[in-house]
Amino acid sequence: MNVIETKNISKLYKQADQDIKALNDVSINFKKGEFTAIVGPSGSGKTTFLNTIGGLDSPSSGKVLIDNNEITKLNSNQLIDFRLRNIGFVFQSYNLIPVLTAKENVEFIMLMQGSSKSIRDKRSVELLKSVGLDDQLNRRPNQLSGGQQQRVAVARALASKPKFVLADEPTANLDSSSTSNLLDIMSRLNKKEKMTFIFSTHDQRVIDRANRIITLEDGKILSDINVK
Amino acid sequence: MVTIIKIAWRNVWRNKLRSLIVITSMVLGLWSGLFAVAMSRGINEQRVKSAIDTYLHHVQIHNPSFEYNLDINSVIEDPTCVLEEIENNSLVKAFSSRIIISVMASTAHGTEGVKIIGIESEKETSFSEISQNIVKGNYFSKTKSKPVIIGQKLADNLKLDIKKKLSVTFVDDNGDIQRIKFKVEGIFNTANSIFDGGNIFVKKEDLIDLFKNKYATHEIAILCNNIDDSNILKENLAGLFPKNKVETWKDISPELGSVQEIMVWFFLIFMSIILLALSFGIVNIMLMAVLERKRELGMLMSVGLNKTKVFLMILFETIFISCISLPLGILLSYLMISYYGQVGIDLSIVSKGLEAFGMKSMVYTDLPIDYYFRITILTLFVTLISSLFPARRALKLDPAEAIRSL
Repeated sequence: MNVIETKNISKLYKQADQDIKALNDVSINFKKGEFTAIVGPSGSGKTTFLNTIGGLDSPSSGKVLIDNNEITKLNSNQLIDFRLRNIGFVFQSYNLIPVLTAKENVEFIMLMQGSSKSIRDKRSVELLKSVGLDDQLNRRPNQLSGGQQQRVAVARALASKPKFVLADEPTANLDSSSTSNLLDIMSRLNKKEKMTFIFSTHDQRVIDRANRIITLEDGKILSDINVK
Repeated sequence: MVTIIKIAWRNVWRNKLRSLIVITSMVLGLWSGLFAVAMSRGINEQRVKSAIDTYLHHVQIHNPSFEYNLDINSVIEDPTCVLEEIENNSLVKAFSSRIIISVMASTAHGTEGVKIIGIESEKETSFSEISQNIVKGNYFSKTKSKPVIIGQKLADNLKLDIKKKLSVTFVDDNGDIQRIKFKVEGIFNTANSIFDGGNIFVKKEDLIDLFKNKYATHEIAILCNNIDDSNILKENLAGLFPKNKVETWKDISPELGSVQEIMVWFFLIFMSIILLALSFGIVNIMLMAVLERKRELGMLMSVGLNKTKVFLMILFETIFISCISLPLGILLSYLMISYYGQVGIDLSIVSKGLEAFGMKSMVYTDLPIDYYFRITILTLFVTLISSLFPARRALKLDPAEAIRSL
């Protein structure tokens, strides 16, 4: 069953007098449990594609369906609610809330969803334990290393029990040991919980772990390879 | 909501120095504004009190035509009945009847147009400050023959001193020129130099011979037990003696009477200007906070924080800043206003200028409690308004773009 389905999506940006096509008639499906890397040179449309399927950007034309629901028809408030309940985000610069502790950052999403305190407590500790940070619960982001912050970001992305996780160059700011550690965690969650992960990346170490590699160039899909 | 409040509170302290600068500026703004208003109120209270104690008193009775021309013949109708009624009125604390004539006062050094006021010297001490304001000589106690008490300013103008002779010339009730010589017994100095230069006091009995009626009176000045009873007493006496004109101190000197009402508006306008200036500071710091945290706000919106909550977060941050500043500013103001309300501020360095406006050089700050409530409401209102622009700016952020921003 397809978790994500895009039908002929295009995204046009106006720059000065020029129209720039960031996405050009992209149609693609993602199934549950895939561990996908989207690769391509800078400006190929990777981030625009992730933003479009994540409901952060709307396509100029075409449709995006998540679990057969067309999100391109939702208004901005509906989209915010949709993202809260269906999508986990991991950003390149971690983007944790600096004034909250690791545990509070993870709990934050669940709080927005209206989960009870007991559920929030239990799940946030479980998730931080699963990313190896059960001893850092009460530390704020500025007291954690880059790798640890990104692991908190992964735990936060999973806190809402999303249908899939979108990660925009999640390893770009990490050293090799932190990258390897993060990928181990995400691979384990992918296998254990059948969580769908979609990465945009330049990082060969991420590409090596992916079971599907999609190459974008000039807003078009150049190749779509399943790796066994 | 608790988490939004928690984030907002912690956000206030993310940049401690910046928040402290805004908090300090708000505290100082509130303190300086409230203290300035309290000082203005103190000055005006002094001015009103000084005017009432020296020459206005609470209620005055005259012949209706007296105030226009100070005509010597414009005496009070039925003065004995009026005085009897006043004596028995429970609202009255003290009173005195006076003869007032417009005269030319002369010495070898010059001539000045003044009002000579013939008073019942004993009665006058109970409610007029003149006897307490004697700076040289005595108050009608030693000189037996036609003593006069003059103001310091007149003494300076006419180069007069104690025991010197002062000659006054005026037109009597027959239209004849009269001249009387008085001997200076005392020199007074009130907070009002205009009053000091234009009024001299003599014993009523030294003038009464000028009149056929030995009860002739131009003015009856009354002090009530309570200043708020002035209007009631006025209505009361005006009803009983319609041929005379009864006026309260506010009727006689409306500019003093309306000072308190004017002060309320002065307070609101003055504080609004200060708060308006402070609001720009708040807008500036909150806008900086929003623009600095673009990526964070973008992330919050991306992961599901709706616009209402983003708006509330910015709003709470602004409110927290004013919730810290407001009590500190008010407490500081209250302590200083209370302290200087007790010990006073000595402005004797500019006493000459103040006296020209009828003010004393010691100012006691005064600010009623309701002013503190008003400033609290005004500050919270301005804070709320100030938070709208930064909050609106935050709402306009596009999450996808904001996340990519530096």
